[in-house]
Amino acid sequence: MDLIWEGLQQAFWLLVGRDPEVIAVAQLSLMVSTSAVLLSLLLGIPTGVFLALARFPGRRIIISLVNTGMGLPPVVVGLFVTVMLWRNGPLGVLHIMYTPAAMVIAQCIIASPIVAGLTIAAIQQLNPKLRLQILALGASRWQMVLLLLREARLPLLAAVMAGFGGVISEIGASMMVGGNIEHQTRVLTTATVMETSRGNFGLAIALSVLLMILVYAVNLALTLIQQRSRPY
Amino acid sequence: MAERPPKNLWREEVEAMLTRHLACTMRRTLLPAALGLFLVALLSGCAASPAATATSAPAATPTAAAAAQPANPEVILATTTSTQDSGLLSVLIPLFEQKTGYKVKTIAVGSGQAMTMGERGEADVLLVHAPDSEKKFMAAGHGTERLLVMHNDFVIVGPKDDPAKIKGLKTAKEALTAIANTKSIFITRDDNSGTNQLELKLWKATGIDPKGQAWYQSTGQGMGATLNVAAEKNAYTISDRATYLANQKNVSNLEILLEGDKSLLNIYHVIPVNPAKSDKINAAGGKAFAQFMVDPETQKVIADFGKDKFGQPLFFADAGKTDEEVGG
Repeated sequence: MDLIWEGLQQAFWLLVGRDPEVIAVAQLSLMVSTSAVLLSLLLGIPTGVFLALARFPGRRIIISLVNTGMGLPPVVVGLFVTVMLWRNGPLGVLHIMYTPAAMVIAQCIIASPIVAGLTIAAIQQLNPKLRLQILALGASRWQMVLLLLREARLPLLAAVMAGFGGVISEIGASMMVGGNIEHQTRVLTTATVMETSRGNFGLAIALSVLLMILVYAVNLALTLIQQRSRPY
Repeated sequence: MAERPPKNLWREEVEAMLTRHLACTMRRTLLPAALGLFLVALLSGCAASPAATATSAPAATPTAAAAAQPANPEVILATTTSTQDSGLLSVLIPLFEQKTGYKVKTIAVGSGQAMTMGERGEADVLLVHAPDSEKKFMAAGHGTERLLVMHNDFVIVGPKDDPAKIKGLKTAKEALTAIANTKSIFITRDDNSGTNQLELKLWKATGIDPKGQAWYQSTGQGMGATLNVAAEKNAYTISDRATYLANQKNVSNLEILLEGDKSLLNIYHVIPVNPAKSDKINAAGGKAFAQFMVDPETQKVIADFGKDKFGQPLFFADAGKTDEEVGG
């Protein structure tokens, strides 16, 4: 119990004192995961919409694959991306192993199926007659898609939150492709693991608290946008 | 059903309505969300860049020593978790970067994985502590040279009440035999790290095969985590002294029960990876790091490291000695 208390105190002082190292680590966490989620939105939403609306053979197989991808283990992604990005690997020429860019790629691979899967569900839970009605009113295909996305905006924001929550708390991939290098690729989760193995439980708890505050702040902002029309 | 409106009459009005609808969506939902996310990214980006420049500043400052910027400044160092977890590398790496202008990427893994990375040409230099594997590594031509850097020692830790009665025994072999005979719980790291390799070697010397025994339990994790498991289970384990000292306050029910046996020496070597392995290896950087590690100034830093925090040094500087002189 005293350890948790010590950790909370340490977290408080780290935040109040704006410990530059910890702040830099927190910023990197935020930057990597936010970029990864933005990229995954670009990939996941169009894929999700396409799979929800198009009709072609094999569609259900692909959707089941996307749904499986929602539970993609980060270590598996990390291992795969590591082997690809190693300097003697197939994508070694990019020279981005052990950089934040590599972490963004890995996290984007983790988040994209989550966003795509929830987009499919969000579009398909709309009344199917809505689509007919929009088309009957003379909307073009693009207008129809945008209107459907607008109707599905609440579950879509939930997809953003799920994707963000998935990647910022992820450790296996960040550790492998980032390497937990001080001042370069150390993020809150990998720093927490390292401090734990160093026996600095207080600092480890402080970092966890910081991580949770960060995740909460981002989710609070997104929730406020999502629930704006329902203030109470 | 209402009558279908004549298309040509209604079309414009419907389109106008749709456009308004869409504009409204953009303005009220998508834009704020996207803006919010971008803002967060931007803010963290802006705030992070001064920190990044601040950290890279010392290396970039054109001091006399760092004036000659190396052609390929990035060096990948694959090392063991113990050098990182003890905090030694946090002291040495900035020194090296400042002196030479290289930028080190430290990948802290077990000695086994570090050497595999070297074999595959994924690291430029290794700092490891698994002598038998290192000799094989050198024999296979994976490294250019193997320099003795420092040593410390392993200790056998266990519960204070010592059910296997190993306290007072002289050798690790006797201690492990006693643990096996009393079927006291022993925690093994089982991760092919330097510590794990030494432990297996000791078991081999006893002639006992502990694999599969109920009292022989595997964590597959690093030293710190394994010590905590041992503490929870009131079990025996083998740890390097540095990690044990760093974790002592969290594993207060464990104490050092056997130390000082010659077979418990923990010797660290630095090995630049043979550039013939892959044209991507930074041979100059690897060599520079190896030379830095055996430099008298660095050796003094190593010898003093930990004295202020633990009252005793965590490593003994050994550059220039032979393995036999250290006792390995």
